[in-house]
Amino acid sequence: MGAVTRQLERRAQLSEPIERHRRMLEIRHAEDVIKELFASGLIAGSTHTCQGQEAVSVGVASVIRPTDLVIATYRGHGHALALGVEPLSVIAEILGRQAGTTGGIGGSMHLSSREVGLMPTSAIIGAGIPIAAGVGWAAQLSGTDDVAVSLFGDGASNIGAFHEALNIASVWKLPVVFICENNLYGEYSRIDLTTAVEDIADRAAAYAMPGVIVDGQDISAVIESVTVAVGRARRGGGPTLIEMKTYRYAGHSRSDPATYRPAGELDAWLERDPIRLHAETLITSGSATREELDAMEAEVAASIEQAVEGAKQSPTAEISEMFAHVTAAGSR
Amino acid sequence: MPKLRMRQAIAAAIADEMEADERVVLLGEDVGDAEGVFKTSEGLLGRFGSQRVKDTPIAEMGFLGVAVGVAAAGYRPIVEIMFGEFMGVALDQLSTQAAKMRYLSRGEFTSPMVVRMSVGPGLGFGAQHSQTLETWFANTPGLKVVEPCGAASAYGLLRAAIRDEDPVVFLEPRVLYGEREEVDLSKYHEYQIGKARTVVGGSDVTVVAVGQTVPIAVSAAAEASVSVEVIDLGSISPWDVDCVAESVERTRRLVVVEANPYSGGWGAQIVAEIGSLCHGKLVAPSHRITCPDVPVPYAFELEAMYAPTVRSVKEQLDQLVATGALPEPWWHTNNREQR
Repeated sequence: MGAVTRQLERRAQLSEPIERHRRMLEIRHAEDVIKELFASGLIAGSTHTCQGQEAVSVGVASVIRPTDLVIATYRGHGHALALGVEPLSVIAEILGRQAGTTGGIGGSMHLSSREVGLMPTSAIIGAGIPIAAGVGWAAQLSGTDDVAVSLFGDGASNIGAFHEALNIASVWKLPVVFICENNLYGEYSRIDLTTAVEDIADRAAAYAMPGVIVDGQDISAVIESVTVAVGRARRGGGPTLIEMKTYRYAGHSRSDPATYRPAGELDAWLERDPIRLHAETLITSGSATREELDAMEAEVAASIEQAVEGAKQSPTAEISEMFAHVTAAGSR
Repeated sequence: MPKLRMRQAIAAAIADEMEADERVVLLGEDVGDAEGVFKTSEGLLGRFGSQRVKDTPIAEMGFLGVAVGVAAAGYRPIVEIMFGEFMGVALDQLSTQAAKMRYLSRGEFTSPMVVRMSVGPGLGFGAQHSQTLETWFANTPGLKVVEPCGAASAYGLLRAAIRDEDPVVFLEPRVLYGEREEVDLSKYHEYQIGKARTVVGGSDVTVVAVGQTVPIAVSAAAEASVSVEVIDLGSISPWDVDCVAESVERTRRLVVVEANPYSGGWGAQIVAEIGSLCHGKLVAPSHRITCPDVPVPYAFELEAMYAPTVRSVKEQLDQLVATGALPEPWWHTNNREQR
């Protein structure tokens, strides 16, 4: 005991900008590979990738600590990787293998690791938002200065759970940071067809909490805004709603070709790719050269290939796992 | 031994567990200042303070989710849902979040919580405030479903539910809140989740009941011409197969009395399983006495007919034992007469 685990080590690495860059690359490559694995028929059901949203995942994970619990959604691979879960564990989970985060019981939409503060990601839109408020209440009750982080999409801001949870969190002054990743689409529908406001942050006013709009493609802006909100929550100042303006390069899920997007929209967002923007910052500030970053990307790509091979070698989920953890006593 | 109303026994169980374990917290609509609309949290706010006894907005989905979160983070919340039907707007948090928390985290996060709700017909609250909803919860793996039948079982079972490591649905028959019973507070551990109790011994027929049908069955047993054994199931999931099977092997007849609709009622599971286990020993068809497949009507006379009554249960028990013929539900006859 006492040894820092690989996951926590990965988490601690995020204090360095260059490592944050590496993590964003890792998420991008992992998501690309996961898409390919689906296409090749190795994975059942559905998967929801987050290419284009990496700066939010890595930015949030850089600010909070492992005792701050995070409840995210089915679009959660990036958050898990950012928080410290290893690529092999994520990919093995998606393949239904023993080396997965829950031994293959959860699958793509249900990743979990207590050590890094990742609660089981939920596949029900909005469900995690009140749960995060409850986690915040626990911190308030126990007098720690831990915070709860709720990550959800723009679509979730239309469901009742969002509104009920923000109201409760505000009335009880709970240490919660509500982070909306506004990627412009709720499943297959454009935000303006489904949502009465253009800026989700406007909804904070109804619950008497600060509502902040942030460029979600700029990891520095993400870190800055989350730092402010987390600090406020830790000091007992209550919840904040942060809207990260971002974009989902892929469709909603693997079966969605995203043909509903207007021509040129994806290209415009690719111009503001979070990894590209961060690379420019690193190069301009003299922290890295283009060649170094290219070499880093090649390393990351190779490590993801290795993770895929490792995951494929892991045996399929055990029958006993199906019956374990139904209740405290195991299955009835 | 104190004589307590069931609502007082519930408040006492909550108080005793809050005293014993500071992780226990209570939340719900009007549980604090108002002490619960059915007075099931009398005295708790004054004794434990507004951090542990929390009034919530009218937002069941929201505050049930808050309970799931606070439980995952190490507390043991008791949630009061004023009327069982209000679970309809919050079911996701119970069936899809709490019930899967342990499973989807390999036991790293759990949901030790009790979701209490008032249920059942009999007080004229109409179609949207009178169902027992027992089977809404009973077929979700990961949930336990418990239903007391009076002050003593409410006290014992609620303490067991609060101490349980998993989410427990605690159904409180509304018609019993005011009923008084002697409660030996020291014997709470005799009530366990998944353990039925034989409340009346008998030799001709086994009656399985739960919640508000237990006192009905007990009265019917006292009036019946035959010897009736009454089992209080206490919990619907898990349910005590051994206790029921042992009894039915002796009496060779099984009747289940339910305050829920006929189709899909929890009694169907009991009749099916005991029917298979005790096949060859039964000398009469297993029988379910239930409510008809209709919403709960408001009019006094109709609501009184809706749920099984002492008289109808007694008559059906006598008939089943005497003739071995399956009694016909009253609403069949009634419908025929109307046609």
